[in-house]
Parts: sequence; C-alpha cells; structure tokens
Amino acid sequence: MEESLTILISPTPIDIESVRRAMADPDCGAYAQFEGWVRNVNEGRDVERLEYEVYEPLAEREGLRIIQEAIREFGLNRAVCVHRSGLLELGDCAVIVAVTAPHRDEAFKGCRYIIDEVKARLPIWKKEHYADGDAEWVNCQHCAAEQ
Amino acid sequence: MIDLTVRWFAAYRELTGIESEAIETSAATPAELFDELKQRHQALGRRDAALVAINDEMADWAAPLTDGDAVLFFPPVSGG
Repeated sequence: MEESLTILISPTPIDIESVRRAMADPDCGAYAQFEGWVRNVNEGRDVERLEYEVYEPLAEREGLRIIQEAIREFGLNRAVCVHRSGLLELGDCAVIVAVTAPHRDEAFKGCRYIIDEVKARLPIWKKEHYADGDAEWVNCQHCAAEQ
Repeated sequence: MIDLTVRWFAAYRELTGIESEAIETSAATPAELFDELKQRHQALGRRDAALVAINDEMADWAAPLTDGDAVLFFPPVSGG
C-alpha cells in the first residue's frame, strides 16, 4: 500500500486501519474515507450474507483508470480503493475508498467520484443470500428472459 | 465468418450454464453477437445495462469484432 494510487481486490477482510495509516501525508490538510458495509435488508428482503464475484484483470485496470481520473480532476494527492471478493457477512466492509488532498472540498469530491464510478464501471457482481434461503444477483431483474 | 471466444460472467454464466465457448459467427459487433447468442441460450433476457469487453478492455456494443477476439459479456454490475 505504498503507492500513491492503488486499487486492490481482497479475498480477505479489509484492514481499515492499515489503509488509513498508509495515507498519512504532511502535504495534505484533508483525508476523506468512505466505507460500504453489508446491510441486513435490501428492497424489503432480509439479507443474511452476500457474495462478490470479481473479474480481477479488468477490475484492477479499470479501477486504476478511475483513480487516475479522480487525481487529475480533483487535484488529490493520493487515492486508494480496496474492494472485497468472496463471501461477506452482515456488517463487513465491502469497499473502502480513501483519499488525501490539500483541502476538504477536493477530498470529499474526489472520494465521491471514485465510489460512484467504481459502482458503475467495475466488473463486480453482488449476489444476495436471503433469510428465506433464496439468492439473487443484484441489478439483474432483466438478465433472464421473461417467462 | 470469424472465430471468437465468448465468456459469460455471474448471472449470465448461471443462465447459459457455461463459462466459455468457441463461436463461429458473422456478427460484426458485440450487440449483434449477443442477439445471435440469445437464440442459442434462450434463458437470456434483454441486455439493458449489461457491459461488454473485448480482449480484457471495456468496449462499445457497436465496436468492430475481429477474428480471434475474446468477447466478455458482463451482466449489470453491482459493486460497492
């Protein structure tokens, strides 16, 4: 985690403190961090756990592109994103974005840009497992032909 | 006709029942190829917010296909 811009896919729990520590930067007055957590309900259904499938070669390349865009656009000093793969339990951290910038406005905006683009562009898929035993891929209502 | 490798991910892999297949096609773009493959895999629905990559680079649905390409079909993504 030494580089100033990093995207990582992690099959194991994210070490949030070590992400934060690695961002320390005396040139910067602002540090913004976003964490996405596994929630116990989605669209009215009780979620028990979830599973992320990641196509890593492209997720890492496209993720790096997003981070470079954010650094350029918002004048960030450093930016890091770590996204989980595999099975996650309720409350687990699914994704973390951490950025440093001279001032808070750039830090907030850059952090927001990265998480929004990560959600829209990276080849990552979430499968929710529900309390009733059913499981479904999220955002995929129209993936299957209508009966 | 050109020869391609097609890979299916996540929900698409489950719906088609396969991870990867070799295809001989006259399709000129990923959009045409997807429509052609819907005939073969009738469980597939509309492609709406799906994404496509060619040879591990994100691509446009109207991009030209060439012999030997690997075409990756991604159902709507849901990271974060």
